[in-house]
Amino acid sequence: MLNGPVIVVASLLYLGLLFAIAWWGDKRADQGRSVISSPTIYALSMAVYCTTWTFYGSVGRAAVSGIGFLPIYLGPTLVMALGWFLLLKMIRTAKANRITSIADFISSRYGKSLLLGGLVTVIAVVGIVPYIALQLKAVSGSVSLLLNYPEIVMPGRSTALPVFADMSFYIALILAAFTIVFGTRHLDATERHEGMVAAIALESVVKLLAFLAVGLYVTYGIYDGFADIFQYAADDDRLRRLSTAIPSGQGYTGWFSLTLLAGLAILFLPRQFQIAVVENVNESHLKRAAWLFPLYLLLINLFVLPIALGGLLHFSGQGVDADTFVLTLPMAHHQEGLALLVFIGGLSAATGMVIVETIALSTMVCNDLVMPALIHLRGAALAEASDLSRLLLRIRRGAILVILLLGYLYFRLAGEAYALVAIGLISFAAVAQFAPAMIGGMYWRGGTRGGALAGLSAGSLVWAYTLLLPSFAKSGWLATDFLTQGPFGFNLLRPQQLFGLDGLDEISHCLFWSFFANIGAYVAVSIMRSPTAAEASQARLFVDALKYARPVGAALWRGLAKVSDLTALVGRFLGPQRAESAFADYAKRHGQVAIDALEADAELVHFAESLLAGTIGSASARVMVASVAKEEPLSASEVMNILDEASQLRSYSRELERKSRELEAATRDLKSANERLQELDRVKDDIMSSVTHELRTPLTSIRAFTEMLRDDPKMRLAERERFLGLVVSESDRLARLINQTLDLAKIESGNADWRGSALDLKEVIEQSVASTSQLFNEKGARVELDLQSGLPSILADRDRLIQVMLNLLSNAVKFLPLNAGRVCVSLRAGAQGLEVGVADNGPGIRVQDQQVIFEKFRQVGDSLTNKPAGTGLGLPISRRIIEHFGGRLWVDSVPGEGATFRFFLPFAPDNGV
Amino acid sequence: MRRGILTGERLVAVFLCGCVLFNYPLLSLFDRRVDLFGIPLIYVYVFTAWAGLIALMAWFTERRGE
Repeated sequence: MLNGPVIVVASLLYLGLLFAIAWWGDKRADQGRSVISSPTIYALSMAVYCTTWTFYGSVGRAAVSGIGFLPIYLGPTLVMALGWFLLLKMIRTAKANRITSIADFISSRYGKSLLLGGLVTVIAVVGIVPYIALQLKAVSGSVSLLLNYPEIVMPGRSTALPVFADMSFYIALILAAFTIVFGTRHLDATERHEGMVAAIALESVVKLLAFLAVGLYVTYGIYDGFADIFQYAADDDRLRRLSTAIPSGQGYTGWFSLTLLAGLAILFLPRQFQIAVVENVNESHLKRAAWLFPLYLLLINLFVLPIALGGLLHFSGQGVDADTFVLTLPMAHHQEGLALLVFIGGLSAATGMVIVETIALSTMVCNDLVMPALIHLRGAALAEASDLSRLLLRIRRGAILVILLLGYLYFRLAGEAYALVAIGLISFAAVAQFAPAMIGGMYWRGGTRGGALAGLSAGSLVWAYTLLLPSFAKSGWLATDFLTQGPFGFNLLRPQQLFGLDGLDEISHCLFWSFFANIGAYVAVSIMRSPTAAEASQARLFVDALKYARPVGAALWRGLAKVSDLTALVGRFLGPQRAESAFADYAKRHGQVAIDALEADAELVHFAESLLAGTIGSASARVMVASVAKEEPLSASEVMNILDEASQLRSYSRELERKSRELEAATRDLKSANERLQELDRVKDDIMSSVTHELRTPLTSIRAFTEMLRDDPKMRLAERERFLGLVVSESDRLARLINQTLDLAKIESGNADWRGSALDLKEVIEQSVASTSQLFNEKGARVELDLQSGLPSILADRDRLIQVMLNLLSNAVKFLPLNAGRVCVSLRAGAQGLEVGVADNGPGIRVQDQQVIFEKFRQVGDSLTNKPAGTGLGLPISRRIIEHFGGRLWVDSVPGEGATFRFFLPFAPDNGV
Repeated sequence: MRRGILTGERLVAVFLCGCVLFNYPLLSLFDRRVDLFGIPLIYVYVFTAWAGLIALMAWFTERRGE
């Protein structure tokens, strides 16, 4: 099953699938429905960190140094914990300044320096080339292993072959073509490739599954679990040492160096910067990545040592390279499907790395190396060209091809002599040189362009001398005398024992000397002079990235420009249509109808520059904008003033926002308080007018009768007694009115005196009926009682309830027809409480009046003449009393058929139901 | 805002904790010829500590509300 055609078809199908996913992701992104706006996809895409170096190389390293491969994954785990600060700041800064690569980041930070951007690009390319060589080596190695199946034949020295007969060469070309189609189909102003990220996330899943499959197969298929493998290994003294100890050749220093190196690599490898910073769609995704990405690393490393031990046990003395165990173990056990899966997993690891890395590098080469050179050398020709976007794409495609061919070249020159891990570490040490300039740039305002240039140059020269050149020497391309004797016999300058520093492994040695030179030069040169205006302004933008509410770049430009010049300039690089639509958007955002209506102010110039920066890098963008706009230079102190104002303004505006929020809340409170007061005032007026009106009626009649008594001394005794009786009854009414008004006022103000006690409602009703029996007798009316007995008690004030009952009963009496009146008092238990009804056979109450009667001083009557006796306060008071005890009072009535007043009171809580 | 700062502080604590756990001298305590369930002690230690740190990070970043 495993033969050439199968392998080729499987590879092509897999690459086709990736391409389909990328195409779909791009399409969705164009529609605004991003497929990668998920923190999980972000975390998975970060696993582009795991290349074939992890996939094949970890086992190779474990076979030599036991758990010595782990620091390469522990370092990133630790740094991800700091990612909350570091990556967040990088993402914010990059977004605010339209930064699209690590070269752009450093160049932009130190005053948009062309020289610095170029230097970073050169270091990155030189440093990463071995890493790309490693991917070529791994893929071509795995292909040639599979082709020899079922034999296990180590890949021969392909360097013996001419280039055109070497499979690795064609693999490099295929990868280049694939990357070109993948990453440079069109030019994007933000350099974001959503489709690519989706495909990378898928690749991460594939390589993890493939590796776990081999791990499970070796651990539980060939052996009987972890303990079993370690038991076998323990019987072999050489293997025993591997599985138990920090390797002696590495020691704790080496362990620490590797951790540090890998931690820096996760931040500063161009592909990690591309994925974690440039392709980040939402900074909150960092949260998930902080633990999911380390979890991924843990999982992919879980079975490394078992596979290494299993391979060493199985292939003992057969000359099988440990770097190939992941593939050769399934092959040796004739697991063809598994072997194919492993091959696809390795292909995933390689293509993922190559795609992202070369895209990131090609952006850097184009923006920070080729464009500045073109602008410098052929600026006039560029100014005449109408559309440079095709040129930009061609430069990037060319860069991708060149980078991959350089990788192949390194592979031919040095690759074969080295294990995978050793090659990867050379690259890690190279990108670690960015750390002082990057981290210093983000947290120290004093760092200058000169300092960064000095530090980067010194560090990378030391790196090349202590690590890169020895890698050539060890592969036989340079004389080994160079290593053992030092150049020209200078013993002190031996590259791997520089100045006689002995006893360190080569990585620790390189890391120490290169950081010594790098940090030393960076700091020393930086503190020699104070930063220039451009450096200081960029330093503030980067160091205080988390402080500014919005980018302040526009405030730092002063000068003259024309809108047409700017649009034409941007159009040349982005293509006229894209530029047109970008400027139209800008105009719309600023409330203008057309581009012509725009003013060429600092903000527009800044907008144009940031559009260009996304496409050709910030340093080139600045140069291009300067070619069409006349800038007046700002002095350092002016820049500082503007930035101070920007950050002060921000804190002022925050303070102001806080104050105005408080003010709004206070205003709202005052408003509602005022409304309540007005309402109360109105109620008070109502009551006053009602009360005075109600008081005047009895007062008027008392006054009239007493005047008649005074003015007519000859009045007959009977007449006199009748009048006096009327005076007494009107006084009673007056007193009652005053009492009830006071009572209601007390209840409403909450000052009433309530005594709650458990009481038997039936007994209360009976007493009330008894005390009103005289009233009913006078009117010749009948009272019927329909009271359920043995009911639970309720919690209320006895006197108040009697007051309610008396009120309802006396109300009923008033409306009863003479001598034919009938009142029925009922008491029923409901689910939650008791219901009392007082039904009469009076005239009833019209529907529209059924609410009115519960209002204060509102009595229902057609005219003043038939206004019923009473104060108009009885029902409102009764309703308040019932409500106070948690009940309700209402009336059911059909006009002509009498009215039934009912109230409901809940059971006392301790009674239950 | 306050919660964001607190989460950041916790993650820095995880970082510092990891720096100590995965370096000399703590590492050397487990670097000896002892097996745990038949698996070398250092292997068990590194992976357990690693998983623990990841669990802590997950807990700090993913939980909502206090």
